[in-house]
Amino acid sequence: MLGPVLETLIGGLLTGVLYALVALGFVLIFKASGVFNFAQGAMVLFAALSVARLSEMMPLVVAVALSVVIMIVLAYAIEFLVLRRLVNQEGIILFMATLGIAYFLEGFGETVWGSNIYKINLGIPKEPMFFFESVFPGGLLIDREEVAAAVGCAVLVAALAIFFQVTRVGRALRAVADDHQAAQSVGIPLNTIWLIVWAVSGIVAIAAGMVWGSKLGVQFSISLVALKALPVLILGGLTSIPGAIVGGLIIGAGEKLAEVLLGPLLVRWFDLAGGGIENWFAYMLALVFLLFRPQGLFGERIIERI
Amino acid sequence: MRAPADSDIAAGEILLSIENVSLSFGGVRAIRDVSFDIKKGEVRAIIGPNGAGKTSMLNVINGFYQPQQGRITFKGETRTKMRPYDAAHGGIARTFQNVALFKGMSALDNIMAGRTLKMRRGLLWQLLRIGPALNEEIVHRHRVEEIIDFLEIQAIRKVPVARLPYGLQKRVELGRALAMEPDLLLLDEPMAGMNLEEKEDMSRFIIDVNDHFGTTIALIEHDMGVVMDLSDRVVVLDHGVKIADGTPDEVKRNQNVIDAYLGVAH
Amino acid sequence: MFYREAGQFKTTYKADQAIFPIVQDRWFVIGVLAFAVLILPLFANQYLYTEVLIPVLILSLAAIGLNILTGYCGQLSLGTGGFMAVGAYAAYNLALRVPETNLIVVFLFGGVMAMLVGVLFGIPSLRIKGFYLAVATLASQFFLEWAFARVKWFTNYAPSGSVAVANLELFGIPIDTPMRKYLLVLFIVAVLALAAKNLIRGRLGRMWMATRDMDIAAEIIGIRPLHAKLSAFAVSSFYVGVAGAMWGFLRLGSWEPLAFDINRSFQILFMVIIGGLGSILGSFLGAAFIVLLPIFLNQVPGLLGIPLSTAMVSHLEFMIFGAMIVFFLIVEPHGLARLWAIAKEKLRLWPFPF
Repeated sequence: MLGPVLETLIGGLLTGVLYALVALGFVLIFKASGVFNFAQGAMVLFAALSVARLSEMMPLVVAVALSVVIMIVLAYAIEFLVLRRLVNQEGIILFMATLGIAYFLEGFGETVWGSNIYKINLGIPKEPMFFFESVFPGGLLIDREEVAAAVGCAVLVAALAIFFQVTRVGRALRAVADDHQAAQSVGIPLNTIWLIVWAVSGIVAIAAGMVWGSKLGVQFSISLVALKALPVLILGGLTSIPGAIVGGLIIGAGEKLAEVLLGPLLVRWFDLAGGGIENWFAYMLALVFLLFRPQGLFGERIIERI
Repeated sequence: MRAPADSDIAAGEILLSIENVSLSFGGVRAIRDVSFDIKKGEVRAIIGPNGAGKTSMLNVINGFYQPQQGRITFKGETRTKMRPYDAAHGGIARTFQNVALFKGMSALDNIMAGRTLKMRRGLLWQLLRIGPALNEEIVHRHRVEEIIDFLEIQAIRKVPVARLPYGLQKRVELGRALAMEPDLLLLDEPMAGMNLEEKEDMSRFIIDVNDHFGTTIALIEHDMGVVMDLSDRVVVLDHGVKIADGTPDEVKRNQNVIDAYLGVAH
Repeated sequence: MFYREAGQFKTTYKADQAIFPIVQDRWFVIGVLAFAVLILPLFANQYLYTEVLIPVLILSLAAIGLNILTGYCGQLSLGTGGFMAVGAYAAYNLALRVPETNLIVVFLFGGVMAMLVGVLFGIPSLRIKGFYLAVATLASQFFLEWAFARVKWFTNYAPSGSVAVANLELFGIPIDTPMRKYLLVLFIVAVLALAAKNLIRGRLGRMWMATRDMDIAAEIIGIRPLHAKLSAFAVSSFYVGVAGAMWGFLRLGSWEPLAFDINRSFQILFMVIIGGLGSILGSFLGAAFIVLLPIFLNQVPGLLGIPLSTAMVSHLEFMIFGAMIVFFLIVEPHGLARLWAIAKEKLRLWPFPF
């Protein structure tokens, strides 16, 4: 019993790494601009599509580099066409605008890149690895790609942390996150900062898209799965990078464990036609959090002033 | 409009009393052990330098902040915990330093919204909008029109308030508070940012409200001329502490007050 | 005939508070209704009924529901599809288990059940707002979608998981032709739309708008956030539930939970944004726009000799919807309804520019 449960747990944690990668993009943008970017999922889809299709024509490294350029251009377009025109609007309006961006990007991505299922080949051997063969009969079965994803994610997060803590841009970014007007008054150009965070989020989206695409194939459903990043954010706190990581892991592991352990019980008690509770488990968990700890695990408490 | 119907309390008796109230946010002590009272029918000014805790005091009175210590007695009832809508039910109305109107609604609707508490008809009547519900709307519309006439804002009743100049917004906000027919009206800097003419208008309205309807008023104001002219009694706060309390003349001569305004260290 | 209000003096507050204070507006609404009841059935064919008129009307009702919550009360919801599903499945179960129930009662029951579920999922709105609330409503969307797919009782143990209704009738008249379905939908939607218009002009409407514009100031004039928000969730979900029941019974006939998935929620939200936040008229315009655009994209390029593939049409739809959302949020948050109002304003002055 313990073996399969552990395997589920590890599988869930690795899925959680993916959620965390998407959530990371959200957090970056939210921190710097207060925009809750619903389009992050669509950006992941768009990035994955461009890597997948470009890598059919050129070596993967070149395709990724070119995709980085594309995501920067995209960030510029979003900043110039949308955000700049919605400065000082309420958060809810900006949120709905990103919903529009999400829809546009999905349609645009599939128009440009096509709408079939594409593969991204990262060149990592597919055979799973076995761990702890001495501890459990048969050992634990883990996908090499997922391990690579976890390592890649860790490197990316470390890089981002250094970027924010050490560089001048990072400092400016944190200032903007604290107070838009104060930051502007000391001469930090808001538009440039927004451009940078959207571009960085675009690059994070490439990472997420590649990992995801190599695992499941690049297809439309990526942007829906990416919705799972929303409960991750609620759990971790909207402004916390560690929160996005921890939240992602908790949600990833939690929903898989719930499916395996809680699912059969629910099916038996309520005479259900199958489980599938991982479809809503993450959202319900987020809902509970919202009721009892709205700022999330790591978020800053919001004090409303009159 | 008519005077509020309550009145177990005669004019000149204590309507609201604040006893030893303290309020702090984290480590910051906004109000320290302040006591004073407001008598029915008077105009009571709360003054003090910036950061003295004046607005915090109003926020305590109408339930935005819960003081950590102290007692508040309003119309003979002592309370410890209260939400703003309880205060509204009890008869406390309020305007804000930065106008807090409903931006998407017309001036008329803003003031009508002030009648919410006085309206009774349920959901089904409102769906149909016939008979009692329609009558209720019209009865309250009459009241609101009286306030509109009183404040001389007939011409702008259907204009969305976001489009109104600041001075008129302040007037509409006063109208909304008056629509509640309050026993106690709290005004947070009713004349901030106004030009002289607008200030004179607003002073006139405040005096009229107090005279004609007998509404008790507590106001925060920075313009000393206005304060001295309008108010019956003045309480002075500085750094969250009460440093003087009395008639305008007494307060003007008080050494503590002079020091506080001139910035003498103490 | 000029569009003028000059000379129409209102001598009573009653007249000033009438639902359409300007005479021409009143005649316009009566005219549209008369056209819809008397003239349209003379030439409408089955396609027009089932693909255009019925969907536009039913989705308008759902959009009115969401508009009450989002446009008037300021609470964003992404769970509209789920609440429509509650309406549809509640109505299905009542019709199934109490066979002789009047069809109108069946629809209202769908609305009432959706209302109860809506209030339940509206409770978080008392603590959170904005996109936090949006995520909370996503929970209701996914949970409800799942529940109707998995709990066998809801679908009467149908092995396929899809449910169907047949032999509908109202007061002994079979509701079998598209025209009859259309007239029934038109009647219900017209009545509920007028009721909504009444509500938002009254005390409840002012409570909602006050909460939307500044919840703190709403509290100081004695509006309980609990009361305002939950009543908005209740009324909104009722409308959405009735729309869901009608969508199942009169548009689809047989359906599975997929008919009410998250894309339905987005679709209704887009109708509200494009039509105009805080406008009943806008709910109709938005619904008409979103239903008609795909039909237009399917038909017109073909007629012009540049046929588009189905995939291309769907991608174009996404792009146009997305771009329109952004466009309207930037340029005119009050949507098509506001453009209509501006046109009327111009018409009032026409032909004199000043």
